[in-house]
Amino acid sequence: MEKPSIYVDYAASTPLDERVLQTMKPYFTDNFGNSSSFHKIGMHAKEALDSARKSVATSLGARPQEIIFTSGGTEADNLAILGFARKNKEAGNHIIVSAAEHKAILEPAIALKKEGFDVTILETDAFGMVSRELVLASMRPETILVSVIYGNNEVGTLNPIQKIGAGIRKYREAQKSLYPVFHTDACQIAGTEEMNVQKINVDMMSVNGGKMSGPKGVGCLSARQGVKIEPLQYGGGQEQGRRPGTENVAAIVGFAEALHYAVQEGATEKQRLTDLRDYLVKGLKKSIPHIRLNGHPKERLANNVNLSFCDVEGEALLLYLDAEGIFASTGSACTSASLDPSHVILALGLPPEVAHSSLRMTLGRSTTKEDLDVIISVLPQVVEKLRAMSPKSGNERFYE
Amino acid sequence: MNKAPYEAQKIVGGGGDVVSQDGKTSWFYSEIVKDHFFHPRNFLDSEPKNGEFNASGRAGSPACGDEMRMWLFIDPETERIKTCRWRTFGCGSAIAATSMASVLVTEGDGMTLEEARSLRPQDVMEHLGGLPARKFHCSVLCDKALRDAINDYLFKSNQGSRVILEASRVIDYSARVTDRDIEDAVKDGCLTLAQVVERTKVGIGNKSVIPEVESLIRFYKEKYFG
Repeated sequence: MEKPSIYVDYAASTPLDERVLQTMKPYFTDNFGNSSSFHKIGMHAKEALDSARKSVATSLGARPQEIIFTSGGTEADNLAILGFARKNKEAGNHIIVSAAEHKAILEPAIALKKEGFDVTILETDAFGMVSRELVLASMRPETILVSVIYGNNEVGTLNPIQKIGAGIRKYREAQKSLYPVFHTDACQIAGTEEMNVQKINVDMMSVNGGKMSGPKGVGCLSARQGVKIEPLQYGGGQEQGRRPGTENVAAIVGFAEALHYAVQEGATEKQRLTDLRDYLVKGLKKSIPHIRLNGHPKERLANNVNLSFCDVEGEALLLYLDAEGIFASTGSACTSASLDPSHVILALGLPPEVAHSSLRMTLGRSTTKEDLDVIISVLPQVVEKLRAMSPKSGNERFYE
Repeated sequence: MNKAPYEAQKIVGGGGDVVSQDGKTSWFYSEIVKDHFFHPRNFLDSEPKNGEFNASGRAGSPACGDEMRMWLFIDPETERIKTCRWRTFGCGSAIAATSMASVLVTEGDGMTLEEARSLRPQDVMEHLGGLPARKFHCSVLCDKALRDAINDYLFKSNQGSRVILEASRVIDYSARVTDRDIEDAVKDGCLTLAQVVERTKVGIGNKSVIPEVESLIRFYKEKYFG
């Protein structure tokens, strides 16, 4: 029998939507101009850029001038942390982030310590969720920025962004202060949750194209009017001086289009993915003993399944699945560049061996119930084989 | 690119099976590694029976991502290893390396204790057609588990005087730092790479040893504070 080819790593990368590809095409060849040029070719590029900016603003409930196009989620996050903190350091030197943030938030935040900032890294609960109360209790008069991830990229837990944002606004009103400003990293949301910045009460939000059937290497930081940001690089006046560099018009046009579809089709897709997600978790729990679902059982991204298997190492598991035509991801140290296991799973208060034993499967547009049936039939055999080779750790208490 | 015989085929960039710390180099698992990983030899597939083995050893810990246990039957007359079975919690290269080691020590008449004791990680890696450099110290624990099992045999057969405990191993030749120095630093509370580097000067002139130092810090942290 031919091996299947089942891609369940949508949180890492998504295939480009065919509609998006068609929209992008003319901007590589016919409409190739530099939007800063004073001629017709440049003007066409400028028009495309303006129209993409309007479209992104509409999708996010923001104003066009509030959208800063970047090279993706990592740059948007860095701009939100480093760019904002450096510009606003006169107002205070304290920033708050959660322990379950993406490294694109955590590492710039830690880097700011060297610039004299005081950084509070908030603990999460056992599901990886950040509590509104803890955020509010950690704020001080010198707090200028709070950043909390919207949907966790590893364990899928959704944070109560709208509630945290409301709490911060109330605090600002009471203190008659412009600070703290609230940022969320929404790179994993892809339209399946509310992305309107006004409705979810955020001042800044990072969005990424490559995670929502758009092109890679493009994203944006939406920054509310009045929120001042220092650029990370210099050399041109683009993006109102906040992100100099010739705009990648084709990618930006594709990003705007992908975001439009993600938001338009988000509610329907959310329901479909949630049903598939729960079907997969249920099927695997039924057929494999001693497994655990990492992250929140209900308040989680519609497409995220993160499981740990007692006495099974993640990289070995991935290699066996790869050979079976199933493509997933793990929080094991062996596949990370740093040789450290997932900081997110450790942040849940779990021991390193649970992180080493984790498998992340993230579903997407092409995922079908038939794909999941294959996973449900293959995974138990692979787990059984690896368990037979492994010494017994006696760690069953961390599993169901 | 030049490579040692025990290092896997490598390329510039991130396209291989295993990618380096800085993302600039990556390695491929050889066909032999894949064969031993997908068809492991000699793993212990049932609980050991009475008298089946006369020695056992272990190395690593699950917290560090790799743990290895080994069971041996050593012929008391010839003191050659007749049977070697194992169980490993670890990545692809850890499983393949243990499988290969179990084959090497029992081939032919079986290795003598002295031969087995001198088996180095590099030998196992070479027989595997090379392993990624960054997998060197975290996943090749089979030689340590083997020496632990040999000591176990010597203890059990009342030959305690022949037991050789692990001597310290030089990690960074330019800074003259051994694993024992790192262990002492961790015991004294240096729990981060920066603290250990400050205390021992390890890796300052030789950045390539840093991944190993990190893995040792993790190991000793788990041992003393885990």
